[in-house]
Amino acid sequence: MDLKQLYQDIILEHGKSPRNLGRCKDYSHEAKGYNPLCGDKVHVYLKLNNEKKVENLTFEGDGCAISLASASIMTELVKGKSSDEVKDIMNAFLNMIKNNSEIESSYLDDDQKTKLMSLSGVKQFPMRVKCATLSWHTLLSALERKKKDVNTEIID
Amino acid sequence: MNINEIKSQFPIFSKKINGKQLVYLDSSNSSQKPLSVINRLNDFYKNEFSNIGRSIHSLAVNATNKFEETRVGVKNFINAKFKEEIIFTKNATEAINLVATTFGQKYIKDGDEIIITELEHHSNYVPWNFLRENKKAIIKFAPINEDGDIVISKLQELITSKTKIIAVSHLSNVTGTIVPIKEIIEIARKKNVPVLVDGCQSVPHISVDVSDLDCDFYAFSGHKVYGPTGVGILYAKKKWLEKLPPYIGGGAMISEVKKDKITYAPLPEKYEAGTMPTAEVITFNESIKFIKSIGMDNLIKHEKEITNYALEKLKKINSLKIIGNPKNKAGVIAFTLKGVHPHDIATILDEDGVAIRAGHHCCQILHERLNLTATARASIGIYNTKEDIDILCKAIENCRKVLDLK
Repeated sequence: MDLKQLYQDIILEHGKSPRNLGRCKDYSHEAKGYNPLCGDKVHVYLKLNNEKKVENLTFEGDGCAISLASASIMTELVKGKSSDEVKDIMNAFLNMIKNNSEIESSYLDDDQKTKLMSLSGVKQFPMRVKCATLSWHTLLSALERKKKDVNTEIID
Repeated sequence: MNINEIKSQFPIFSKKINGKQLVYLDSSNSSQKPLSVINRLNDFYKNEFSNIGRSIHSLAVNATNKFEETRVGVKNFINAKFKEEIIFTKNATEAINLVATTFGQKYIKDGDEIIITELEHHSNYVPWNFLRENKKAIIKFAPINEDGDIVISKLQELITSKTKIIAVSHLSNVTGTIVPIKEIIEIARKKNVPVLVDGCQSVPHISVDVSDLDCDFYAFSGHKVYGPTGVGILYAKKKWLEKLPPYIGGGAMISEVKKDKITYAPLPEKYEAGTMPTAEVITFNESIKFIKSIGMDNLIKHEKEITNYALEKLKKINSLKIIGNPKNKAGVIAFTLKGVHPHDIATILDEDGVAIRAGHHCCQILHERLNLTATARASIGIYNTKEDIDILCKAIENCRKVLDLK
């Protein structure tokens, strides 16, 4: 195991200055996520426009470098995407974290894939996978307007 | 006392973790096991195994005798008056649940009050919450101050004619606060309120004398006392165990079973239904012998020395904050590092072979009270050395470098 693979420069940079932090105005969807193992919390605010595309996505949260970076990168990558496209990207990301060596999504360009791949180091740190996936599950919950908060212990 | 000789009794320290010497600072979670304990478990399964109880054959008689020897060992270790006052459970959590459930069933009704404190581990809160949900009991929290000490005068003020029980930890698993439990029991005694003490963190690290404390219930876990998992201990005054209803029903806890009526076994079997963790309970006697071989006074002295050394060295690290500053502190040190989340600290330290814990340590009320979501925690056991603390401090200094913080 190599710490540098986990804490890649992109992660450190996003972890220190997360993008889209806070609560955006006029959000149409929101959801809260919680990791009971460590107490990490994330609150996602999403604005879908008339074409059902992500106009804005922000988050509030308190967490480790991995969870902050993952949320921050997520908010950048899904802007402008439709709900189905967001789900496709999320599945590609979760597949990469769990099985694949690559991100397989036609909705991301190479630069975006590289950014997301910076989180691949968590594979070697099983206890940290949930740090990386919490915000994504929470975004999905917001999109689907689920009533229950996301809890990482109840996700497959 | 020769610390190297003691440490060498723990086989795990001859293993490398991530290619590094293991620095184990997670004893509040669970302690490592000396070879004598590991061997005892192995020997029992290899040469002596039988279930205990009613069988007549020699192996069963031997196992039953050994099982009861542990009960006497525990009784002497915590200075209980009768061996029937020692009940084996699977862990301290189950021991507290046993009391909450049976005491609640018999004595708690709508509007009755239970006092706990802001220091408590979830295992000394959640079982009482069941009574809040099912019996409309009221749970009151005795506050702590910024130092992590329970404000005794406030606790005293919380006691009313409706207070049915006080449940309080002897030693905090976050701030290391050694709670003046005797003072609390004396206050409770004057108001005729029974007291349950969660002794999970205290039994391995300070002398516990339940007769001197005069507590009604005292719960702890074997695995934190250099013993095997699967063994919890509930000490309870005989008068309570005789009055309270049974908890888990099944074999061994009955006296006579008829179609229209069942009578229950006398103590302690009344509370030990079904097959118990036979091998583990028998093995736990070896853990007590291990502590006695060191001597509790020597153990306390050594851990105090290492704790003081750790506190001194940690305080010198810029951006590190130690959580709580109790009047009387044991070797449990929770801390935060500016700009570094405790989870990142734990991962980075692990790469250096340093095992600590990060999170809320099952104390969300305490963390909320201190405005924290998570902390990192280094906790000391008999095998820790000053060298361990030096490696810990170096690894902590490395955190900010790994995360590229100035």
